Amino acid sequence: MSVIVVLLLASISVATLFLAAFIWSVKRGQFDDNYSPPRRILFDDTPPE
Amino acid sequence: MVYQLINQNGLCEYYNLNENPGINQRISVRKDKFAFLDDRKIEQQLISFKDDTQIHISFYLPQMHCSSCLYLLENLHKLNKGVIASKVNFTRKEATVRFNHKEVSLRQVAELLTAIGYEPYISLSDLKQARPSVNKTMIYQLGVAGFCFANIMLMSFPEYLGLESAEKSLQGVFRTLNFILSLPVLLYSALPFYESSWKSIRHKFLNIDAPIALAVIMTFIRSAYEVLSGTGAGYFDSMTGIVFFMLVGRVLQQKTYQQLSFERDYTSYFPVAVSVLKNKEEIPTALPDIKLNDTLLIHSEELIPADGILTKGKAFIDYSFVTGESLPVMKEVGEFIYAGGKQTGGTIELLVMKEVAQSYLTRLWNKDDSKATSEEKSHSFVHALGKYFTYIVFALALIGALYWYFHDSSKAWNVITTVLIVACPCALLLSNSFTNGNILTILARNKFYLRNAQAIEDIANINHIVFDKTGTLTNPHHQDIVYEGTPLTKEQEQLVSTLAAQSTHPLSKALAAYLHRNNKFEVIGFSEVKGEGIEGFVNGELVALGSKKFIKGRFTQPDQGTRVYVAIENKPFGYFSFQNHYRETLPQLVHDLRKQYDLSVISGDSNAERENLQNLMGITSTVLFEQSPADKLIYIQRLQNKKEKVMMIGDGLNDAGALKQSNVGIALTENTNNFTPASDAILEAGQLSKLSRFIQLCKANKQIVMASFILSIVYNVIGLFFALQGVLSPMIAAILMPSSSLSIILLTFGSSTLAAKWLRL
Repeated sequence: MSVIVVLLLASISVATLFLAAFIWSVKRGQFDDNYSPPRRILFDDTPPE
Repeated sequence: MVYQLINQNGLCEYYNLNENPGINQRISVRKDKFAFLDDRKIEQQLISFKDDTQIHISFYLPQMHCSSCLYLLENLHKLNKGVIASKVNFTRKEATVRFNHKEVSLRQVAELLTAIGYEPYISLSDLKQARPSVNKTMIYQLGVAGFCFANIMLMSFPEYLGLESAEKSLQGVFRTLNFILSLPVLLYSALPFYESSWKSIRHKFLNIDAPIALAVIMTFIRSAYEVLSGTGAGYFDSMTGIVFFMLVGRVLQQKTYQQLSFERDYTSYFPVAVSVLKNKEEIPTALPDIKLNDTLLIHSEELIPADGILTKGKAFIDYSFVTGESLPVMKEVGEFIYAGGKQTGGTIELLVMKEVAQSYLTRLWNKDDSKATSEEKSHSFVHALGKYFTYIVFALALIGALYWYFHDSSKAWNVITTVLIVACPCALLLSNSFTNGNILTILARNKFYLRNAQAIEDIANINHIVFDKTGTLTNPHHQDIVYEGTPLTKEQEQLVSTLAAQSTHPLSKALAAYLHRNNKFEVIGFSEVKGEGIEGFVNGELVALGSKKFIKGRFTQPDQGTRVYVAIENKPFGYFSFQNHYRETLPQLVHDLRKQYDLSVISGDSNAERENLQNLMGITSTVLFEQSPADKLIYIQRLQNKKEKVMMIGDGLNDAGALKQSNVGIALTENTNNFTPASDAILEAGQLSKLSRFIQLCKANKQIVMASFILSIVYNVIGLFFALQGVLSPMIAAILMPSSSLSIILLTFGSSTLAAKWLRL
């Protein structure tokens, strides 16, 4: 029975981590601009000759 | 030149990314345009960070439009060694540049950007520095509420399904955890509802958030009591669920358009600095520091920032910002010039007669500032509905409590609390915010951007539509051209169009397009007198185009309307007159709107076109000419005094006062990247023909909200049926709450989308 309590606490702490990650990502402005990041990753560092 | 710069620095990848990268640089920028950036005081107000070596600054680059732009701008450090890094925010069309100010100056960075085709737009409003950041609080609140709601749901399930007696101790753990998890929702996520209801109570008005705040608090107290006393599980799941769903609705409804601004004032139009002439020296001066009797040096393509008298040069002023009229106006030395126009001819000198903040336009703009923010703005009908709803619920709770007080007094407290929990008007609020959110999205897809959800209701309520003429009913990029005078032969027409094609003046371009040049003549000795006309030998014949004075040699009566005179071999032939071209869709639009609304047109132009316009608009419409910006405002006020709800549609700064005064002000723009005056909505000009359908959709909004309100009442009756008997179990509450919320969300989304389909939007 007590194992359920342990599991419960574990699941809540994992969920809390996700909540923290969500708040962090909003704060960092990751949802502010949805155009540039997906394109930025496609640019090569050195242009192909 | 741009290619060389790019090629030298190995950034040719730029050209592989898109078929047509970059846009043509139409205007070459004056050499010391950015000289004012060398001024320490101005620099300090623009930059966001500075230390011994680095400066961080954000530039607004309106020309940014594709992924190639992104590539080029983020490789700025390859173009100039002094630049450390640059990062683009595409949605905001902003580039944040970090550079070493020991190696390169702010001015050089701005000039570099200009050289590659992205001229930074630096306006007076940047000086104030207070760029409001997007408020993310509600997103955090939503995240917290979602987290708590999901976990509480999870831990409430065993309770619904029934626990074995052996697991009673687990029950205690679940309930305690639920209690703890509900605290953040109560104390943080629900804050917007407390704030809004507190505000409304202070204004002696009961809005819809008041019963919701009450229900949330009530549910919490009741549940906390049950859990702490060990008598039940409480309704934590319902409480957090309500808050979560309502926050989702709010966030949807408050979705903002970052690239648009509805709050612009004159400062975002005006430049940061202009050149002031002092002892024959050009000194870049910040706009607020301009004094009376200063002499301003206005270069070509610069905005005139203050009212003044022309002292030198020939002014050829494009007032399209102000009036929507795209053809420039000519001014002679000694004439008074109003601020807001753009000089398109050569350099002129201007004696300042009124300081920037005192000029005609700015005064007009600031005039009704206090009024627009007052409480006059209508309250949504949803709040009125919510008010009745609250009274009924209170009455029911009281009756139920009294009944049980006499029959079984132990149940009275139970009944009061459960009635308040169940009867929370959250369904009404949900239906409202979700319908609004969806309709805002549909309208935005049709390039009609509303400032907020209240505007939907305001649009549905209007009964009088007022149009500006120039630039709104007429298409600024298109003129009807009529030739009068000695008829021109086909060949002569070709001579004229060949000459006109040589000039970049808007009238010449329009003329060349009108005459369809097809055979190529050679032009020798082409000369252009700015603000006067052009001449040259075409196919051996001397052709001249220009103002009456330029052609006929002396200044006679000023012309009615805009005309371009023609002379071939020094013999005047006649003139082309340019008339406004009404939008093709106008007759259909008027036809659609006339049945339901009173229409008016107010124009600043002379009444030369009265008959034409009256025919277009119908006899019942009011058509007024020669209206100053202040007249326009007064006209709207007069209509409003007659209890009419007015929608104003305009495009220029001269409509700004009227747009603000009207119940719904719609700013029309050819391109949403352009600057528009402050308004409740921004509409792309090409979509004007859909206006009547937009209004119908806004009206459907109210019907949808009413329909879902009736549905929510059905749910409430079911809930009250249990609550008044004092047998509302947490399980019934937990089924009723999400199912009612979800069905209402589906209904509102579905029906608003259907309505849009039906209206072909």
